[in-house]
Amino acid sequence: MKRIGIDVGGTNTDAVLIDGEKVVSAVKFPTTADVMQGVVNAIQKVTADQPASASPVDAVMIGTTHFTNAVVERARLERVGAIRIAMPAGASLPPMIDWPEDLRDAVDPLSFMVEGGHEYDGRPLVPLDVPAVREAAMKIRDAGITSVGITALFSPLTTECEDEAAEIVRSIIPDARITLSNSLGRIGLLERENVTLLNSALQNLGSVTVAAFERALKEAGIGAPFYLTQNDGTVVLAEVAAANPVYSFASGPTNSMRGAAFLTGLTEAMVIDVGGTTSDVGCLVGGFPREANNVVEVGGVRTLFRMPDLLPMALGGGTIIDPETGKIGPRSVGYRITEKALVFGGDTLTTTDIAVAAGLVEIGDRDRVRHLDKTLVATLLKRIEAMVEDGVDRMKTSAEGVKLIAVGGGAFLIPEKLKGASEVLNVEHAGVANALGAAMAQVSGEVDQVFSGLSREEALAEAETLARRRAVEAGAREGSINVLDTEDIPIAYLPGNARRVRVKVVGDISFAA
Amino acid sequence: MIREFEMGEIEPLAVGAWILGTGGGGSPYLAQLNLKKLYKEGKRVQLIDPLALDDNDAVAVVSKMGAPLVGQERLVDPAHLARAMEVMEDYTGKKFRAVMSVEIGGGNALSPFLAGAMLDIPVVDADAMGRAYPEAQMTSFAIGDLTMYPLTLVDCRDNEAIVSKAASWKWMERISRKICTEVGSTSATCKAPRTGKEVKEWGVLHTVTKAVALGRAVLDARAAHADPVKAVLDHEGGKTLFRGKIIDVDRTTTGGFLRGSARIEGLDGDRGSTVELAFQNEWAVAFKDGDAIAMTPDLICLLDTVSGEAIGTETVRYGQRVTAIALPAPQVLCTPKGLQHVGPRAFGYDLDFKSVFAA
Repeated sequence: MKRIGIDVGGTNTDAVLIDGEKVVSAVKFPTTADVMQGVVNAIQKVTADQPASASPVDAVMIGTTHFTNAVVERARLERVGAIRIAMPAGASLPPMIDWPEDLRDAVDPLSFMVEGGHEYDGRPLVPLDVPAVREAAMKIRDAGITSVGITALFSPLTTECEDEAAEIVRSIIPDARITLSNSLGRIGLLERENVTLLNSALQNLGSVTVAAFERALKEAGIGAPFYLTQNDGTVVLAEVAAANPVYSFASGPTNSMRGAAFLTGLTEAMVIDVGGTTSDVGCLVGGFPREANNVVEVGGVRTLFRMPDLLPMALGGGTIIDPETGKIGPRSVGYRITEKALVFGGDTLTTTDIAVAAGLVEIGDRDRVRHLDKTLVATLLKRIEAMVEDGVDRMKTSAEGVKLIAVGGGAFLIPEKLKGASEVLNVEHAGVANALGAAMAQVSGEVDQVFSGLSREEALAEAETLARRRAVEAGAREGSINVLDTEDIPIAYLPGNARRVRVKVVGDISFAA
Repeated sequence: MIREFEMGEIEPLAVGAWILGTGGGGSPYLAQLNLKKLYKEGKRVQLIDPLALDDNDAVAVVSKMGAPLVGQERLVDPAHLARAMEVMEDYTGKKFRAVMSVEIGGGNALSPFLAGAMLDIPVVDADAMGRAYPEAQMTSFAIGDLTMYPLTLVDCRDNEAIVSKAASWKWMERISRKICTEVGSTSATCKAPRTGKEVKEWGVLHTVTKAVALGRAVLDARAAHADPVKAVLDHEGGKTLFRGKIIDVDRTTTGGFLRGSARIEGLDGDRGSTVELAFQNEWAVAFKDGDAIAMTPDLICLLDTVSGEAIGTETVRYGQRVTAIALPAPQVLCTPKGLQHVGPRAFGYDLDFKSVFAA
């Protein structure tokens, strides 16, 4: 089975072609202003040496930072209609109450709060106010808005109100693109609504981006289905991803970690992904990045995303070193490393120069760093070592020495021996681990729901069944599904042995079509 | 003494209260959002020193009651807390001079501020626990054998209930809990009104000021890249119990509460040891390698080792790097009568209370 993995980053566009578990070819390009042309180039280059008789590519997996960037830059967002079905509860905290003002202004929502929603045990809070939903839909239509986000009270338990409201909206705005909160979020009305409305604001960008990728693939002569990678290291079909851009927010570092797992065959390890400006330290659990524990902010908005738990550090290949004080970072020359760094004829001392001077890597012209004082180089390497050790120590979850996998373009900065690490693995193709991670991604199914009236075992089993069903719906091959994570919390004060159960399963993509 | 509670004190109050919640009480985030919104709309709350209350002043004791998880969906609304107070005023025929919280720990630290902002009634710088506890009889007012009724309870649908009388604090807990569960396990309540004299005699005084100062110490430490956990300890005269990583969390619901334990494997100086933190909504007892090293009513707080942020019993999770600390409990909880209400035996542990801070 052949797959192409592509990672479109801010600095580089990486691509790999793999056949089964074998890396056939890998390329790294600077990301161009015309992102899609860069993708076409990358695909053409990575498939260039394939004989004409070679079997076609089965799938293309793309990781992109498009959607996160739009939120961070407050650009390319569209106006949304927000319908919350929870009244008379929650009246004092309307939609987007905790968004940064500039982002709220950029999205400029038309918000409605109507009566309806459910209790934790599935009883209706109050009946859904159908006329109010209809009126909201008409006002949204009259304002020329076609992207609508609907959030109902306890919808992760019962989707009834959101489904009914969606039907009403669709009857009034036939071409509406509707995001239902139950499809994206967990318990936590405000956070779930935030994700829903971010998603609504990215609808247009989602379809435009996916359509552009589609054209790029076509131009590169690839007819295979293509997928976008997600925050949790899995993928979804591009057409599904277009409807849920928020799921792709943190896919970059996730892909790197998944790539690290693939390259080393390790499922339990620490990973450090060294880029040009920063490094991310993360932790592989069962071959997937450990998720962040609580609330994650995206562009200043509180969400409950499935996001990898990462420790960012100001250490990259382009990190600037003050030659007077020997201070490392936090500033970096970033993508201008090829003109600024000493080894490239520039005038700025960077971590890459130190690595070249120490003979850790061959980049640029080594003669340009021969003048550097040997003691200084040794001192700086020691400092880098201490930074990495500290980062690894902060993310470790067991006292024993763990294996550390170094990936990313600046992986050469990571010393071969580190305190707290039993082994440092620096493997071939580490520079394109992110594209490899994309290529190896799986699909997942997740359940997060309150069960009552069931024993603990019954609730867990019920949740797993649901999660498996969702994974299959998302494109997983039935026999390959494994439980990745399960957690249950009994709910204080609630009768009926109520418990909130979270189950996540993953499986290989089914290519039978 | 009465002064305006400033906008800039809201966040420190929330941070400090979450720490004093000792694992329970629910996150103050939503209450904080509500209060900031009210302040933006021009509302202001006056903070009154309990010692400035007249003996005959009527003081409301408000709280949000229910399951924290439900509170994450049915977002707290200041109007309902205010309504619970109004229902009480209508029932007793007495106007409130001021309002206070039943517990300074967790989201309820902000509940009287929400009601006070709505009704323009000052908030008393005091509570009835100096921390958070799960049940009605676990307050300083109950320890003082003060009257436990009436209680008013309001939900978002115009359901209003009055418990006009209860035979004991425990009966009040049982009856009001039933009503609360029936309306969806979240409600706004106004507990038995207190007189100014009762508050001065039996309240835990100046806990709002304490929570704000604590929160500020943590926020300042974070901003200065200093150690926020140390800031908490220094500020409260606390002691570090244990530093490590969560390796197991076991939770079960029995008797309508969240009970269980979290196990922490030692790091740094504590390597080689294990601590088990037992909880009923709040952290109750800490066992190190099997021996009880800290217990209620001493405040046992679990903090994120790096950020100093409090970690709740519903959010504690495998792999978190934590520091367990103990803070001194209010004196009233440590008296023989206090220990009957909130000592280790009140939580089912056959232990004699021994304070971490005993000489």
